Amino acid sequence: MQRAKSLAGQALEAMTPVIAVLLALMIGAVMLLALQVNPITAYSALADGAFGSTFAIAQTLVKATPLLLVGLGICIAFRGGVINIGGEGQIIVGALATTAFTLGFSEAPLLVLLPGGLISGMLAGGVWGGIAGVLKARFGVNEILTTIMMNAIAVQLSNFLLRGPMIDPKEIVSGTLLAQSARLPDSAWLPRLIPQTLLHAGAILALVMAVLVYVLLWRTVLGYRIRAVGLNPDAARYAGIRVPVYQALALLLSGALAGLAGAVEVLGVSHRMMEGVSGGYGFSGIVAALFGKLHPLGAIPASMLFGSLLVGADKMQRAVQVPSALIDALNGLVVLFVVGSDILVRRRAQRRREQEPHA
Amino acid sequence: MNELFTLPVLLGVLYSGVRLATPYLYAALGEMFAQRSGVVNLGVDGIMLMGAFTAFFIVTNTGSLALGMLGAMVIGLLMGLLMSFVSVNLRAVQGISGIGLYLFGLGFSSLLFKRLLGSTKAIDGFQAIPIPFLSDLPYVGDVFFKHNALVYVAFALVPVAAFVLNRTTLGLKIRAAGMKPEAADSLGVSVAGVRYFCVCLGGVMAGVAGASLSIGLINLFQENMTSGLGFIAVALVYFGGWTPVGVMVGALLFSMVNAFQLWVQVKDILPSSYRDFVVMMPYVLTIVALVFGRRARQPTALSKPFSRGEN
Amino acid sequence: MNRNVKSLWSFAAAGLILAACGAAPAAAPAASAKQVKVAVVMPSASNDGAFSQSMFDALKSVQASMGGEAGFKLAVSEGMVQVPNAAAAIRDYAQQGYDLVIAHGTQYGNSLQEIAKDFPNVAFAWGTATDTFADKGIKNVFAYNPRAQEGGYALGVLAAKISKSGIIGVAGPVEAGDAKTYVDGFKKGVLDTKPTAKVNVVYTGSFSDVSLMAAAAETHSKAGADVLTGSSQAVVGAIGVAKDKKAIWLGTQANQSSLAPDTVGASQVYDFSGIVKEILALSAKGTKGGTAFELSLKSGGLKIVYNDKISIPADAKAAVDAAIKGIIDGTIKPLP
Repeated sequence: MQRAKSLAGQALEAMTPVIAVLLALMIGAVMLLALQVNPITAYSALADGAFGSTFAIAQTLVKATPLLLVGLGICIAFRGGVINIGGEGQIIVGALATTAFTLGFSEAPLLVLLPGGLISGMLAGGVWGGIAGVLKARFGVNEILTTIMMNAIAVQLSNFLLRGPMIDPKEIVSGTLLAQSARLPDSAWLPRLIPQTLLHAGAILALVMAVLVYVLLWRTVLGYRIRAVGLNPDAARYAGIRVPVYQALALLLSGALAGLAGAVEVLGVSHRMMEGVSGGYGFSGIVAALFGKLHPLGAIPASMLFGSLLVGADKMQRAVQVPSALIDALNGLVVLFVVGSDILVRRRAQRRREQEPHA
Repeated sequence: MNELFTLPVLLGVLYSGVRLATPYLYAALGEMFAQRSGVVNLGVDGIMLMGAFTAFFIVTNTGSLALGMLGAMVIGLLMGLLMSFVSVNLRAVQGISGIGLYLFGLGFSSLLFKRLLGSTKAIDGFQAIPIPFLSDLPYVGDVFFKHNALVYVAFALVPVAAFVLNRTTLGLKIRAAGMKPEAADSLGVSVAGVRYFCVCLGGVMAGVAGASLSIGLINLFQENMTSGLGFIAVALVYFGGWTPVGVMVGALLFSMVNAFQLWVQVKDILPSSYRDFVVMMPYVLTIVALVFGRRARQPTALSKPFSRGEN
Repeated sequence: MNRNVKSLWSFAAAGLILAACGAAPAAAPAASAKQVKVAVVMPSASNDGAFSQSMFDALKSVQASMGGEAGFKLAVSEGMVQVPNAAAAIRDYAQQGYDLVIAHGTQYGNSLQEIAKDFPNVAFAWGTATDTFADKGIKNVFAYNPRAQEGGYALGVLAAKISKSGIIGVAGPVEAGDAKTYVDGFKKGVLDTKPTAKVNVVYTGSFSDVSLMAAAAETHSKAGADVLTGSSQAVVGAIGVAKDKKAIWLGTQANQSSLAPDTVGASQVYDFSGIVKEILALSAKGTKGGTAFELSLKSGGLKIVYNDKISIPADAKAAVDAAIKGIIDGTIKPLP
């Protein structure tokens, strides 16, 4: 008979990331004091920025959407035992593909244009991640290396396209030559969910994907094999699973989700392709996945939490005029603390396992 | 096209490549030790920035390059200790803790710069020291023997690192900790101790790498002046097959291709619209070289936290 | 039901409680009726020695001339590389009731279009740009654009005169915007003065990669250049190398003399303070936008500032003065 976790134990586990965040914020408070800023004023501005109004909550959800999508991809990758640091590049190529498709078929009806744009993004991101996957499967090249390199390549590719073939014709006319694409036709935009805010239907799409990824990982053969490969590659090999193939697939799927994040950002937020569309989500998404214990459904509140920190921190910067560098440092501390606190959870899990009688 | 492949061009590219490779080499050698012992530290860029600022700040206020370098090493050590603690004692997921360290170093170095210095001003960094006699050698002299001390030391560290890794007991322990920690542990090697040592060493060298930028190569400080250099250095460790010589080759290749693409622009070879592809060259070449190069042997226990009895 | 969702709700609850408490202290203290409130959003650090610093310095000097903090409240959001974040900042400042919100970055234009419509009583300024969106019915956006090619031309003349090797190196970031116009003007200035001179141009592909700028300067130096120039906040890399190689550096966007007093010969300085004052004056009278300002040598918005520590021969300065005069009265066209 399995020993059930006590309610207190469950609550503690759930709260661990939150406690870690609070600890990091406390250190942040010390830094704020050193900068002669009142931490209470600062942090209430942070909370206000994240939840203080409908607009603020909408902003939090807008930020959470790409975090969730990238995070879902990371769940798949990490569960498959591969490390995908290429989120930034995959987002960029996804955004590029979506823009190209939407501008190329701008006359098409909404029913074709919108799904087509989203799918183009997924395909492009999948290819970008898949390249790293193939290099790993076929040539044994470590995916950390390839994904980092491909981030840089994606940036340069985007620069080239946005300054050349994909540049907005208006930029050439006005002479400013800003590296961005033409504005996407209104018909292709993701519909706005709450008027007067920036919240768009991509948020719903992300939630749907979270459920789909859960189903994929725990209810399909493909998902089972990916997880098996991640848990114990040797055992999986003995069971007849072709490990390299599933590792490559994990990278491909991870890239596809990041590419979808890029598509969603372009179709829902910026409505054109420009520099900076990846916005660090490629890295933050990894953190969000970890917050959510690498579980697709856990990634939902995790990305909302992280999104609220990002939005609130920007507001805090404006309200108390701290240098934005403080936000980066705070971000780093939060990551370190959450990652470090993971051990407490694992120790509890281990102790529980040790107390279980063998089946 | 003839204009491109003249001797002065070649020499120019080689010289720039050697000089530019220096920060990559320091950071990558340090990271190599860390990874050989089994720990991936993605926070190298953040440590570099803290090292760059510390060295620059000290030199701006005291004029002493030695003190500046020392300061960078101490900061690197401290951040290495933090990473060691998080990776070895807390056994956190290393890829992510590294990113946290990076963000912290990025933000904190900018913050300190804003509050302590406010604006930047060029300092007298390490000056070029032509090596007597060798620097007069035709061609070779120009390329290799007219650099500053930091460049020489970086390359001198390569055989030293190779010696330590392959011919000392310490090196054996390091390699064991990375390949078969259980076996090492059963033989009485403190895996935790070895990993602490290597990650801290990596931190010190990352600090030096940052200092080599701010007081050696560029002589100025700016927020986020590394602009991702540390991540490339980590990638170079993989590229170099976790050997000092491999890392050096990787750093040189990367830097020379970078120097080369600048030359391509100076000589106006390609129409300007293809500039971005030219800038891509180093990254693409790294991947290509990796694919067609020899199979690298990754430390088997890389990024896997070790604890007795769990494996 | 996922346990983690429970933690979300507790955090959200905590957040709402804090927000409720915070609502009181977060409200702005009552300012005197005369205090002008200006906010600026910029893509790089306010002390980057280039683009963002030029605006920051201008705003600081206007603030000083208006009685400091009491007469002129300044809020700064720097490092806003990502456009959606900048947009949120611009919108937020407008919502908080700032009189003037400056979007100091060409990339912010699209967002500004949408935000300006929602806040007709707030004056916005956008640069570097020439479009005030008047054709879209928007009446509250000012635009400003530095004619970087003018100072570029003048500095090009200077470079041709003081270069002993006749080879001059340019390290550009990306071939767009005022970086491009500066480089084009500079090159013409050199070649118009000394047709046999050689101007080598390199674009590193990044506004922020300092080591690559340093490498570019290295490359130029190896090719024989003894006068260097370039633009973007990454030029500190090139300046450091110029100092090392004892070359002369000519700067743009801000006065870069303090960065390397023995190396920087002269700089084209963007002086936005005149424009800021004009905008504030217009805004006080009720005109919240519609004018496209230009920084030029003629308007005084662009200045060539020499570094006193470097001696520049008199005939070189005379040539520069003649060039400036020619540009102002229209006889010289800085762009090819």
